[in-house]
Amino acid sequence: MKPSKIIKVSGPLVVAEGCAGAKMYDMVRVSEQKLIGEIIELKKDLAFIQVYEETAGIGPGEPVYLTQEPLSVELGPGLIGSIYDGIQRPLEVIRSVVGDFISRGIEMPALDLKKKWHIRPQVKSGARVVAGDILGVVSETPLIEHKIMVPPEMAGEIVEINEGEFSIREVFARIRTEEGIKEITLSQRWPVRKPRRVKEKSKPDELLSTGQRVIDTFFPVAKGGSACIPGPFGSGKTVVLHEFAKWADAQVIVYVACGERGNEVADLLLSFPELKDPRSGRPLLERTIIIANTSNMPVAAREASIYTGVTIAEYFRDMGYSVALMADSTSRWAEALREMSGRLEEMPGEEGYPAYLSSRVAEFYERAGKVVCLGSDTRTGALSIMGAVSPPGGDLSDPVVQATLRVVKVFWGLDEKLASARHFPAINWLISYSLYHENLEDFLKNNISADFIDLRKEAMRLLEEEASLLEIARLIGIESLSLEDRLVLEVAKSIREDFLHQNAFHEIDTHTSLLKQFYMLKIILEFYHLARERIKTEEDFEKIIKLPIREKISRMRYIPEDRLEEFKKIEEELKNSLAEYV
Amino acid sequence: MFKEYLTISSVSGPLVVVEKTENVKYAELVEVEFSDGAIRRGRVLEVSEDKALVQMFEATLGLDVVGAKVRFLGRTQELAVSPDLLGRVFDGAGRPRDGGPQIIAAKRMDINGAPINPSVRDYPSEFIQTGISTIDGMNPLVRGQKLPIFSASGLPHARLTAQIARQAKVLGKEEQFAVVFGAMGITFEEADFFMRDFQHTGAIERSVLFINLANEPAIERISTPRLSLTCAEYLAFDLDMHVLVILIDMTFYCESLREISAARKEIPGRRGYPGYLYTDLATLYERAGRIKNKKGSITLLPVLTMPEDDKTHPIPDLTGYITEGQIILSRELQRKGIYPPVDVLPSLSRLKDKGIGHDKTREDHIDVLNQLFACYARGKEARELAVILGEAALSDLDKLYLKFADIFEDKFVRQEESQERSIIQTLEMGWELLRLIPREELKRIRPEYLERYYAK
Repeated sequence: MKPSKIIKVSGPLVVAEGCAGAKMYDMVRVSEQKLIGEIIELKKDLAFIQVYEETAGIGPGEPVYLTQEPLSVELGPGLIGSIYDGIQRPLEVIRSVVGDFISRGIEMPALDLKKKWHIRPQVKSGARVVAGDILGVVSETPLIEHKIMVPPEMAGEIVEINEGEFSIREVFARIRTEEGIKEITLSQRWPVRKPRRVKEKSKPDELLSTGQRVIDTFFPVAKGGSACIPGPFGSGKTVVLHEFAKWADAQVIVYVACGERGNEVADLLLSFPELKDPRSGRPLLERTIIIANTSNMPVAAREASIYTGVTIAEYFRDMGYSVALMADSTSRWAEALREMSGRLEEMPGEEGYPAYLSSRVAEFYERAGKVVCLGSDTRTGALSIMGAVSPPGGDLSDPVVQATLRVVKVFWGLDEKLASARHFPAINWLISYSLYHENLEDFLKNNISADFIDLRKEAMRLLEEEASLLEIARLIGIESLSLEDRLVLEVAKSIREDFLHQNAFHEIDTHTSLLKQFYMLKIILEFYHLARERIKTEEDFEKIIKLPIREKISRMRYIPEDRLEEFKKIEEELKNSLAEYV
Repeated sequence: MFKEYLTISSVSGPLVVVEKTENVKYAELVEVEFSDGAIRRGRVLEVSEDKALVQMFEATLGLDVVGAKVRFLGRTQELAVSPDLLGRVFDGAGRPRDGGPQIIAAKRMDINGAPINPSVRDYPSEFIQTGISTIDGMNPLVRGQKLPIFSASGLPHARLTAQIARQAKVLGKEEQFAVVFGAMGITFEEADFFMRDFQHTGAIERSVLFINLANEPAIERISTPRLSLTCAEYLAFDLDMHVLVILIDMTFYCESLREISAARKEIPGRRGYPGYLYTDLATLYERAGRIKNKKGSITLLPVLTMPEDDKTHPIPDLTGYITEGQIILSRELQRKGIYPPVDVLPSLSRLKDKGIGHDKTREDHIDVLNQLFACYARGKEARELAVILGEAALSDLDKLYLKFADIFEDKFVRQEESQERSIIQTLEMGWELLRLIPREELKRIRPEYLERYYAK
């Protein structure tokens, strides 16, 4: 057989001959520098390779090494708190080896091979196990018990299992299977483009609380759901995703910074060790994994970063955790697809994107879900995916936005007008939607109050009414509206400014629990109901909308979570101050 | 010492195809010797077994297919750096333009740079006082930030940029400071304006200029920003200086990129720009920043002119997606005779939050900033309403906001070109304006700051 060698180099695309026997999406090493690449097209013995590193200095005639293994990630203890590039190379280790700038041909294990972990077996020798069964537990961080599972597609009887200190590639257990005895280590490998198996998927019916009022109350996402947040630049996509990463009620967070700014990653790395998880009080980094392939890093690795992230997220889901993945931004990933497609000289679809764009987008979001995990204990896990989309000029007819909207259930539409008036999060309540409202009704009834649903519907109705009333007011002047309509405008304004608007940089306002959201909305609408009954004359109206209680309403957001009883007082005061007008 | 090829088979715009090549590497530097002896450089854009596609950095005027010789140099394009760079002027391809000698290299650096490992970036958090209220007060710039100026033809972006370069300082610190100026396709007059300004203020001593004028070869513009940024990286990370890089005008750079893409017959993206425009711009802009344990920093101010004042044009659009905010100039303010015509509402600085506040500027800065934004936005809405309904139809409150907007533009935005306002002066002006509005309307300001500053 001919040895494999390069015959053409064009940016990140390398063509090699003599690759008979190679399979699609196999990993290869290119040139003596052993640059990492992946086969994306095969023609007879020609392989078209996308290279995940800068290809300057590579030329025809140089060798290509086939590995016969698809691009895979290593999964095991040590993932949490790490920061990886798009193909799971540990950036902090790279820094200690090669310095501040990323050079090429670096091959490094994703997990620390020397570190010893204490494993506590959960089964005894002689037990029969199936794929997904939990063999043992490692305390990875104070927040995460890392469960070592029987690898997928394996079943048998445990021959040996040990307690004690092991590094990730040491054998701690042996299983007798039909194909003979298999050795089990703390880590396993999984190809990134292949979804990890689950027993079955089920309906997402629990709310993923994010602490963001406009989202949790009006456009909630369920645990195991998918959502997208498109918007022009400067409308606050990244801030919203950062807020999710900080406050979302998930046990593990995977944050994929895909083709975005380096300083945003620096921001996460700086704030996450300091910020505390509101539920456990532990640093947020103890539940977070960051995949950072910034815009100036190689474009092909950007394409892979999304898959690397989602595979790691699935692995933790398989342990029975609720995992949330944020991808910022999927447009950059789509652009990487487009760039490779262009170099392969494929026939372009819309806007130069490849024709398979929408199927790739759908495949990615379909990896979200609430699932029954493999294993005999029927534990459930959930993977929620939230993707930012950055359409050119904020134009929602962009192919990436359209492909995404067809598959996700929640749409948070960012509005440039709101952003320039510094109304954040700049989620436009009139165009956004969530298809999880019905799924979540029982959850809200059981955990908060059945009234919450009615309050939300009424508030939404007021906001919609406001939009049409404002149109009329614009034409004929606000004075010509009825007092009732003017009250609607006042209350809708209060909903916008005192409830929907939320300051991500204020220590208390940045996160609002569901219960507090309920109280806040209740008081705003209570004011509406009481005022509506009492407004008879223009004079009443002027007085009522200027009552001092209204300033208290506008400052409700600053009430700390441990002093929610203050809402009772405000409610009391509200009733008293309006009682005078009976 | 290098093999010479006489096998050019075609020349098309900036692209040259060389046949029967051996052992050529991708992105390698190429020297083409014209039959008249002139030497021009380029790089390998694509290479297959016996053919190389070369993109020239310099003009192909006078190149012939028969007599020209091609040499492949086995290295990528480099910039010779040394402390002697300061005070020098180069052309867009890095040749001295001030009559001075070639730089004797202390070190040679690949002009394409390498990506900064995201885990070593230090988050920019040092406030830079530019002395301009609309920037310091509303869209503060911090060290290591990349903040573009979105301008359009006929707007005074050159004057504003020069003023920033002149006045920018970090409060309470005396540090090594340098300016790297990369000009792509600007006119002689504009370049002359900057040169004079730098000479006049003595800034030239601590500046390095790379200038490609409008009548010079467009393809050289591909290298100009890379040379500028490589120079800045050397000054910042080897010599510990704080470097302000001004790249003007990015629109011309992108057009050159489009020219090459078109010559290669690539599938065009929006408006004929190549699909990789985002990635290409990112490899430039992302070179700004700070690195942990390094003293220096690179702050980047790219200037671009929006074709037809259109913010959704691919160049400003993709720039906005990469940079950390944008300063937008407005024709409306310019018409009103207001300098600097910074349109604060669509302008934005993403890194402001960690750069301002207690110990940096003043504790109330962020609240004042948010409140001024909200009030001005409301005032502009009222102004629109007044156009439709007449001012008399406005409510009393809206009339107040309208007045606020007018005074805001006239006092806060307007400022002399030589006027340097300290951040405290700017904030005080902000409070003066906010006092026009009833206290209970100021919802974006924490009660304790209202207590402290409103009544004064």
